[in-house]
Formats: sequence, structure tokens, C-alpha cells
Amino acid sequence: MNSIVCMKQVPDTEAQIRVKSDGTDVVLDGVKFIISPYDEFGIEEALRLKEKMGAGKVTLVCLGPARCVESIRTGLAMGADDAYHLDDAAFEGSDPQATAKALAAQIKKIGDYDVIFCGKQAIDDDQSQVGVALAENLGIPHVSLVIKVEVAADKKSAKVNRQIVGGEEIIEVPLPAVLTAPKGLNEPRYASLPGIMKAKKKPLTPVKAADIGIDAAAAGAAGAKTKGINFTLPPARTAAKIIQGESAEEKAAKLAKALREEAKAI
Amino acid sequence: MGKGIWVFAEQEDGKVRKVTFEILSNIRKIADAKGEQLAAVCLGKDIAALADKFAPYGADKAYMVSHDLLGQYTTDGYAKALADLIVKEQPSMVFFGATVMGKDLAPKVAARVNAGLAADCVDIKLDGDKVVVRRPMYSGKVYAEVIFQNTEISMASFRPNVLVATAPDAGRTAEVVNVAPELAAGDIRVKVLEVVKTAAGKVDLTEAERIVSGGRGMKGPENYVLIEELAGLIGATVGASRAAVDAGWRPLSDQVGQTGKVVSPNLYIACGISGAIQHYAGMGTSKMIVAINKDSEAPIFSKCDYGVIDDLFKVLPALTAEVKKLMAE
Repeated sequence: MNSIVCMKQVPDTEAQIRVKSDGTDVVLDGVKFIISPYDEFGIEEALRLKEKMGAGKVTLVCLGPARCVESIRTGLAMGADDAYHLDDAAFEGSDPQATAKALAAQIKKIGDYDVIFCGKQAIDDDQSQVGVALAENLGIPHVSLVIKVEVAADKKSAKVNRQIVGGEEIIEVPLPAVLTAPKGLNEPRYASLPGIMKAKKKPLTPVKAADIGIDAAAAGAAGAKTKGINFTLPPARTAAKIIQGESAEEKAAKLAKALREEAKAI
Repeated sequence: MGKGIWVFAEQEDGKVRKVTFEILSNIRKIADAKGEQLAAVCLGKDIAALADKFAPYGADKAYMVSHDLLGQYTTDGYAKALADLIVKEQPSMVFFGATVMGKDLAPKVAARVNAGLAADCVDIKLDGDKVVVRRPMYSGKVYAEVIFQNTEISMASFRPNVLVATAPDAGRTAEVVNVAPELAAGDIRVKVLEVVKTAAGKVDLTEAERIVSGGRGMKGPENYVLIEELAGLIGATVGASRAAVDAGWRPLSDQVGQTGKVVSPNLYIACGISGAIQHYAGMGTSKMIVAINKDSEAPIFSKCDYGVIDDLFKVLPALTAEVKKLMAE
């Protein structure tokens, strides 16, 4: 059972993100980086499939700068077998559509796989595009927001549960396919100490744009079809009105009145 | 006359999603400024009755794309029908709601027709003749203005409940164009075996105008009846923080936050929720936030509009009683 998992390195959820004073970019100095949480669900599911089927490989594919190596090693420490790191100045400034094209080119080169897992979105860009666009670029189907995966014994199809508004769909999808993961698919394991030691020796292959036939002029910032031009921090909320009162009941009454008359919210 | 600006008109079971009207209302000014026709594009099976729903919100045209195979949403079916029409008619812009369907469909269509796509936007404006959209990043910690380049077709999806729909103008009319898409069963690679609805009839959190939400401070699942009572009274949907969901008190579908749902109601009442960054990421764009928590140090008190520092087990029932009184006046 060969799975490919696309993973992205992103700032930790607690990280304070600053912006340049001229608004032209975000500032990530001093930020702690992690594997994007939704991608972790993908890694975990791929590992479980390998364990269940008793054989196969879990391959990580990551597009990002040099610092991503640390997070890729974490993925390998969780149990993935090998990894490809798409690290090239040509990829900088990629928009999601360009990223998907680059990942597709690498995955086509890998060739043999049954399923591809992607997080539903990366928690830095929050675009929710790459997994879906990747499937389109590879000419394979995708199912997004998958919270349960059952691969058929012949690995030609999978029965998956997909989150929809107010419920779930149960879908049969032919393999290979891209499955995107929301929270709820599984509980990712922590990398164990033996896992961390083994990870240092697992193959981590750096990949340049030219290695996968990506034309630098059509990649990264040069090829991006969307571009962030002004980054700002959200407007601060006006200071909270803390409702005063002698008792909870008095405060509740004042709140109800404020919501009705001042805020016209009820 | 330009090539046309389109809004994908999402419908489910014969009902148009509110976000469609929110987008149409706000794109009208863009269409006017650019001298382009604004069209709603509606896909489905028995959708003829929806043809007149879009003009009141600003559409000049309604493409009604109807086919048996579009009765059940599948990415393959919808993407083919929409992408084929886009290739044929060559609109300059296509907009979607950033709903479950929109987030599933838009990136596939964008990849197929080689368009730029900015997802989950909260605003759109014209800077000269350039379209600029605004979208949250890093779970809402940063906002980016985004422009389109190197692309014939620009696409964006908009977060529901953020743009404001105009009052419908019954006097407006739209040209209806019926489209028979070329679709065969073989075009759709997945098989939908079953649809299980667990929250039928309830307003989904992502579209709710009011939400009452409970966190760790609720101390147990049995206490959510206090939240449900207030919610029922004011027509709100019930939400939960990650702590409550991880504790098994509430289902995952109730979770608001960075790894849960992103909501944008007019009113968000947070009960026993500390207000960590990850929770705020899911409700920070609420127009009004009320916090009830007995911990005066809780971060939520610097992120709300009204705060009550007191025991929610006393405040909630009292608040419900007071609201009942006020509503009876």
C-alpha cells in the first residue's frame, strides 16, 4: 500500500505573526515552525493504512525553503519511509495553483502510488486549494474533508466518509485518488525517540525545479496568478464593556438590555 | 461589452444558499464600474424555479445549467459542467461562496481552466481598474490584499455571512439562458453511496446569524441544556470550543475554531470559553462577541464587545429569563 503525503511547514498555531511596516510581507523571524496540523492527519492515516495492509511505503512530499527539513524529519520520525523536498528559489512566491503543479510533477516522477493524502488547508495561507488542484493536475479524482477511509483489499477503490453541511456522505472512489483531511480523521501519533533516531537515516531527497521539468519562468512568484500586495494586522476590537453589577442576575439583566437596546443584537 | 462576471449560484435541494445573494449584491458595483454583465450560474437537476431568484440581487443574466447527473453534487459532474461553460463563454471573473461545495469545486475548476483563485475572501474592491480582494491568513492573524496577474480569468471565493446582501429589488429582471451541459455517467468517477444527515433543519454554524457557544467552563455535556435554551430563544445555533469537543461533550461538527469551523455571525455568545488564539481564529470576524466567564484573566475579555465576569451557571439562566422578558414586551 503505497501512500504519498503532501506536507507543508507552517508557523506554530501560537506564533505571533508580524507584518513589515510597509505592508509588503509578513515577518516570520523567531517563529517556531511545525508540520501543518491537517497534513499530520494525512501522515497518520497513511501510516495506519500501511500498518493495516501489512506492506508498502509512505512517502512525504514537501515544497518549501531549507528550514522545512526539520519538519520533514519529524514526519519521517512518525514513521514515513522517505521524502522529497522541493526546495528551489524558483518556487518562492508560488500561489496554490503553482504549488499544486510542482507537487504533481514530483508525484508523476515517483509514479507508483495508491493514494495521496493532503491536509484540507495549510494553516498559514488557509487557501484550501492545493489538494484539489493537485488531483486535477494528476488527472485523478479527489474527495475532500475525508473523516474515514477504508481501502478495498484489491486497492482499486476506497470507501470514504466525507463531511458535508449537516452530515456526511459515504463515497466510493477509485484509486489512485487524492483525499484531503480535516480534523476528525484520526489522532496523529507523536514521533518516538527510536523513530527520531531512525529518521536521520531515511532518504530525504532535495529536488530542484529543473529536476521535475518545471520552467522557472512559470513557477513561483513569476508564475503566480494571485499575489498578496498589502499585509496588515486585523483592526483591534474596541475595548470590551465589562458589565458591572452586584450579582450575576443584575449583570445578566444589564447585558440583556445592552444587547437589545445598544447593540440591537436580539 | 466585456466578457461577463459570473457568480456560481450554489443551491441545495432547490434552495439557493444565502452567500450567493451576498456575493451578487457586492459584485454589482464591480460589474457596473467595468461595464460588464453580471451573471448567476446555477447548476442542478430541477432548478427551473430558481431562475428568477438572482435578478433582485443584481444579476443581469441567469445561466440555468440543468442535467440529471447534477442532481447530486459531485466534483467531477459540477466541475465539468461549469468548466465547459467557462471555456465556451470566457467570463473574466468567476466567484463562489467559500462553502464546503465552493472550496471543493473552485480549486478544481481553476486548475482546469488555468485561472488564478483567491479563496475565503472577506471583501472586494476596485483599485482603478484592478480588482483587489481581501482575505484572512494565518487563521485570521493577518489580512492580505490580493491582486490577480498572469491570468485571463480571475476567481475568488467569499466567506459566507461577511458580505452584506442588499435588499432584493423585485423590479429587476435577468435574461435566463438554459444550458444543457454535456455530461455522461462515465464523467463522474465517484459513487455517492449514501448521504447521512445528522443535523437536518438546523442552521449550519458557518451560516448562522447567531451562535451561543460553550467551552470547558460548561463542566459537562449535561449542562449544555443551558446553552440550548438561550439558543432556542434567540434563534441561535449551538457551538463548542475544542476543549468541549475533545472531552466528548459535543460533536466535532459543533466545534468553532482553527481546526473546527470558521463562523461569522452577527452575535457570538461565548460561555465558559477562555478565548485562546485558536478559538478566536474561528470566530474573530463575528460582528458582536459577548463573553461570559468567571475567570477575569481569560484572554477572551480583551477580544469581546461585552463581557460578564461571573459564574455562567448563574448568568446564563438569568440572561435567558431576561431575554424572554424583553422579547415578550
